[in-house]
Amino acid sequence: MKFAIQINSAPWESQGGDTAYQFSRAALKLGHEIVRIFFYYEGAYHGLRWMAPPDDEKPLLQRWSALAAEQGVDLVICISAAHRRGLLEQTEATRMGKLDNDLAAGFRIAGLGLWVDACLKADRFLVFGA
Amino acid sequence: MKNFLFVMRDPPYQGSSIRESLDMMMTVAAFDQSVKVLFLDDGVFLLKPGQCPHNSSLRPTAPLFAALEMYDVEGLWAEQESLTERGLDSSELIVPVRSLRRTEIAFFLATADIVVSC
Repeated sequence: MKFAIQINSAPWESQGGDTAYQFSRAALKLGHEIVRIFFYYEGAYHGLRWMAPPDDEKPLLQRWSALAAEQGVDLVICISAAHRRGLLEQTEATRMGKLDNDLAAGFRIAGLGLWVDACLKADRFLVFGA
Repeated sequence: MKNFLFVMRDPPYQGSSIRESLDMMMTVAAFDQSVKVLFLDDGVFLLKPGQCPHNSSLRPTAPLFAALEMYDVEGLWAEQESLTERGLDSSELIVPVRSLRRTEIAFFLATADIVVSC
């Protein structure tokens, strides 16, 4: 089965992102497909490369990057959600005259069109952290 | 084509999430998909007339809902009990909505291909 996933909560805000991660790993293990994981609202913060939690907390960011690297899962952060919160990818930051390079490995920034595209391709659409 | 149903449960002026939810609806409509919106719980306050926000950092949301009509949004629904419990009348809202009873909500949700809670 093909799943499209949306994450709406910030990493430290709720269980939502963690549950979505566990779900994605389990679904892939059982042979399902994750069409795309789309980060929206406060969920945009999942792709902030400068996150530096204490050592005894879950390495949320590294887990997402590993999921993308190992399984090729498409991790997309909404561009307007990211910009509103000051999370800029390097090329876009340069265009705006800023020095940011905030996007973590494995993520990309794109428009809501990719969210609709994922919804249309998937058999099931799940929202986490709503 | 898929049927998208957006469920709005939060009141206005709670962060910028309302604006971002509307962006999703407009994008879905731009892709020629069916868009319906259901207002539940405190979400019905989004439809309250006479809003006069004075918080300069959050823009008024009422005009955004009025603009939805231009984007081929198929229809707006509100749960009757949510309105009544908050002293709102379905005939006196900022945009026309159809009302549903609480017992009809589960069936209504089941008719959608994609339910987006926001």
